[in-house]
Amino acid sequence: MNALLLSAIFGVIMLFSGLWLKPNALGSKAAVRNLAIAGMVILLLVNILEMSGTVFINIDTKGMIVFDNFSLLFNSIAFFATLIYGLLSARDIEKVGINYAEYFALIFFILCGITLTSSFKSLLILFLGIEIISIPLYILTGSDKRNLKSNEASLKYFLMGAFSTGLLLMGIALIYGDMGTFNTVTIGAFTETKPSALLITGTLLLLFAMAFKASVAPFHFWTPDVYDGAPTVFTSFMATIVKAAVFIAFIRLFDDAFGFQQKQWQLFIGIVTVATLFIGNITAVFQQSVKRMLAYSSIAQAGFMMLSLYAMNTDAKEGLLLYTAAYSLATLGIFAVLIKMKDYTFDGFNGFAKHQPLLAATTTIFLLSLAGIPLTAGFISKFYMLKAVMSSGNNLWLVIFAVLMAAISVYYYFRVIQAMYFKEGPDQPMNVSPVFKWTLVLVAVLVIGLGVFPNMLLNWFYF
Amino acid sequence: MIPVLLILIPLLTGLAAFFIKQHKAIRTWSLVVSLLTLGVSIIGLSLKEGSMELAFSGEWMQTIGSSFSVKLDGMGKLLCLLNAIAYPLVILATWNSSYKKANNFFALMLLAQAGMMGVFLATDALLFYFFWELALIPMYFLCSQWGGEKRIPVTFKFFIYTFIGSLLMLLGILFVYGKTQDHSFSMDAFYSVVLSRKEQTIVFWLMFVAFAIKMPIFPLHTWQPDTYEQAPTATTMILSGVMVKMGVFGLLRWLFPVVTFASFQWADFITIMALIGVIYSSLIAIRQDDLKRLIAYSSIAHIGLMCAAAFAQNLSSLQGLMIQMFNHGINIIGLWIVVELIERQFGTRKISELGGLAQKAPVLAILLVIVSLANIALPLTNSFPGEFLIFNGIFSSQTKYNVWFIVLAGMGIILGAVYTLNMIRKVFYGNTNELTASAKDITWKEKMALGIIVLIIFVLGVYPQLLLNETSAIAETIFKKFELVLRSLQKQ
Repeated sequence: MNALLLSAIFGVIMLFSGLWLKPNALGSKAAVRNLAIAGMVILLLVNILEMSGTVFINIDTKGMIVFDNFSLLFNSIAFFATLIYGLLSARDIEKVGINYAEYFALIFFILCGITLTSSFKSLLILFLGIEIISIPLYILTGSDKRNLKSNEASLKYFLMGAFSTGLLLMGIALIYGDMGTFNTVTIGAFTETKPSALLITGTLLLLFAMAFKASVAPFHFWTPDVYDGAPTVFTSFMATIVKAAVFIAFIRLFDDAFGFQQKQWQLFIGIVTVATLFIGNITAVFQQSVKRMLAYSSIAQAGFMMLSLYAMNTDAKEGLLLYTAAYSLATLGIFAVLIKMKDYTFDGFNGFAKHQPLLAATTTIFLLSLAGIPLTAGFISKFYMLKAVMSSGNNLWLVIFAVLMAAISVYYYFRVIQAMYFKEGPDQPMNVSPVFKWTLVLVAVLVIGLGVFPNMLLNWFYF
Repeated sequence: MIPVLLILIPLLTGLAAFFIKQHKAIRTWSLVVSLLTLGVSIIGLSLKEGSMELAFSGEWMQTIGSSFSVKLDGMGKLLCLLNAIAYPLVILATWNSSYKKANNFFALMLLAQAGMMGVFLATDALLFYFFWELALIPMYFLCSQWGGEKRIPVTFKFFIYTFIGSLLMLLGILFVYGKTQDHSFSMDAFYSVVLSRKEQTIVFWLMFVAFAIKMPIFPLHTWQPDTYEQAPTATTMILSGVMVKMGVFGLLRWLFPVVTFASFQWADFITIMALIGVIYSSLIAIRQDDLKRLIAYSSIAHIGLMCAAAFAQNLSSLQGLMIQMFNHGINIIGLWIVVELIERQFGTRKISELGGLAQKAPVLAILLVIVSLANIALPLTNSFPGEFLIFNGIFSSQTKYNVWFIVLAGMGIILGAVYTLNMIRKVFYGNTNELTASAKDITWKEKMALGIIVLIIFVLGVYPQLLLNETSAIAETIFKKFELVLRSLQKQ
């Protein structure tokens, strides 16, 4: 509850900070940035305090919002990732346009939505959370106002997003019509053997809507264009923290409300997973731009996260938390480096290791993590996913397919490594601050640390 | 503590090596630390079985039943020793090669050594997998950065091949893990797991593919000749001398004892594949003009024979196989050293461009002939006892095709003699040509490296019992598993 309120308050503070601190003055930019980063630190701290039992404000929500270990831990991951994002990319946010204080405000509002989607126990709150995340994102996507691609992406995102929101509401309405409640736990306690047509339709609509938001095939078509068109700093945020939050909402919804009919939708989720893995990985292979490759890679990684929905057991929930952390950290790191590049194609990375050895080394660690090479967080999270699916029964076909796709993913991640290390290229001057460098090193250390000792994170799950 | 040291020394010194920028310093540094590792592994060898120092177990991922447990047993001792001997030899033999960014080169080499040590020592399946990959990643960077012209695509193929294999192995490990009594990755839990026949077959194939790619077994061998050819020679030595043994080792440590029945059931099929590989690669080796490719194909042939020996599944073949793993590593490193010396001096590896070297470089010629004879397992050389036991084992194995197998394997040996002796004849005898007329003999460092190899070849050729003592216990344990399967089959 601490973080929920604080994030909204910080959003408002950031809005006003733009007003008070004179825009375009050099010092004020730094002030806004530092204020935002301080806000992120405070959010993280109060959330960690809440994890250890210190709740400042407690509002009775009639059980609509419940902050349990799962949601608090994810919030911490999301806030931490946002902090890292702020440290790495805050300067680049300011380059997008003149309304830099507002961009930070929108990011705080999104964080507010994220706390809702990770802690809802009522379908209405889920709806609220998803919308609070989405609307600021539409704006951020179109924030590069003079760029046609950014405008197109924003419009596309808005139309698609509005459509899927419609599906979400429709699904919620149908479920309410059948069960007479919005409470996910009450819906989950349903024990009749044969669910009604209303409930099944509602469930499917919810599944579609969530699949839209999580960019899972075959509802992924907006993703590459939007990720490509949006300013890269915001793509980075969208593809990591937001995506992770949607997945957390996804698994929370299906675990709480529809666990009892797992048999019915499991095969469906299986097919969706296979499609996502296949489309994401195969299309990523053919990309020429690293940014688009990362967009498809995010679809491919979503496919792996879907495995947790398919399995739906304790391993899966632990694994998903780990996965969101591993995936967000690594992708944030790569995006942060990518933003500094002039040329977004693979060739743009040629000879990078020679000129920027530190950045190249950390990027390599992130890419290895995304590819799922052992000793990195990416491996251990994929491992948890596979373990979850294996322990949920006779699903060998799915895991074999998943690992084959993981092997394909090596192809496009390693193309970047090859360009950086084994090819020659011109030196490109880069504006890299020491904070940026040290944050990258910290993230790289975390990626390896989590890969060797995943319990560092997972022990919090059972505190 | 010994196994932990064996992993930690190369790991930490490897990480430190990244920061030693001076070329000479880094070379000396890696030689010294690899000698240190060798010392530790010799101490390990001298300790009696059951000594407290030979095992270590620490907490790691307790919640999912995995621990950091390592142990140095008979088979591990030999392979760790091979790994530890290989490094000083390789560094000595390539002493005069210069590398761009030598610090990274030696650092990655040492990290690979740490990974391979871990593979041979791990008694926890997940830990085994970790090290299995840890050994691969440095190899990828080594070959891609310092290799020949076509290094990038070739190494990439190698990487993708092995990566697919290891992911499937991971699934196999997870499958067994799901069936263990106490949900643990420990070796004991894996050894005592009860699987139905169908499950055994699934696990067998999931895991075998990884090992088969690593060895490599026909038809999964296509990455190997290219990679050996393109990789820098020091890396090739490690790849072929030590790393391919990981595949055979995996069979013996993680496959046979866990899914004994399926291993028994599929033995004929795999043996046929392995022996096709032996004949096929020997025939190709005869036609090769490039020394590196010739040795690469000869290595496929030898490994194929080892795989056939593994699947003969009796005491004699298992014993022979274990000492052969060690001996093959020594011999092939010897061969690579010779190739490296020739290439460095003449700038070519083409057999057709060389000739008459024996007149100009007698010491090199003598040493090469000895190593080559060891490679074709002449009596008194180290390979002979191993291959004898292997043949004995294949002949007396349970399958009804044993006569056919022995004929095929025998043909492999004959063909091996053909290409090896042919190579010696063309490279060292006959008349000198323009290129080789001004050949010089080798320096004392190179003599020392080759001399040590020749010494090992003779000592182990005359007194193989040194190695057999170490491995007999392990061979018997594995064999007992097969005996149980046989007995249960006979009862039915």
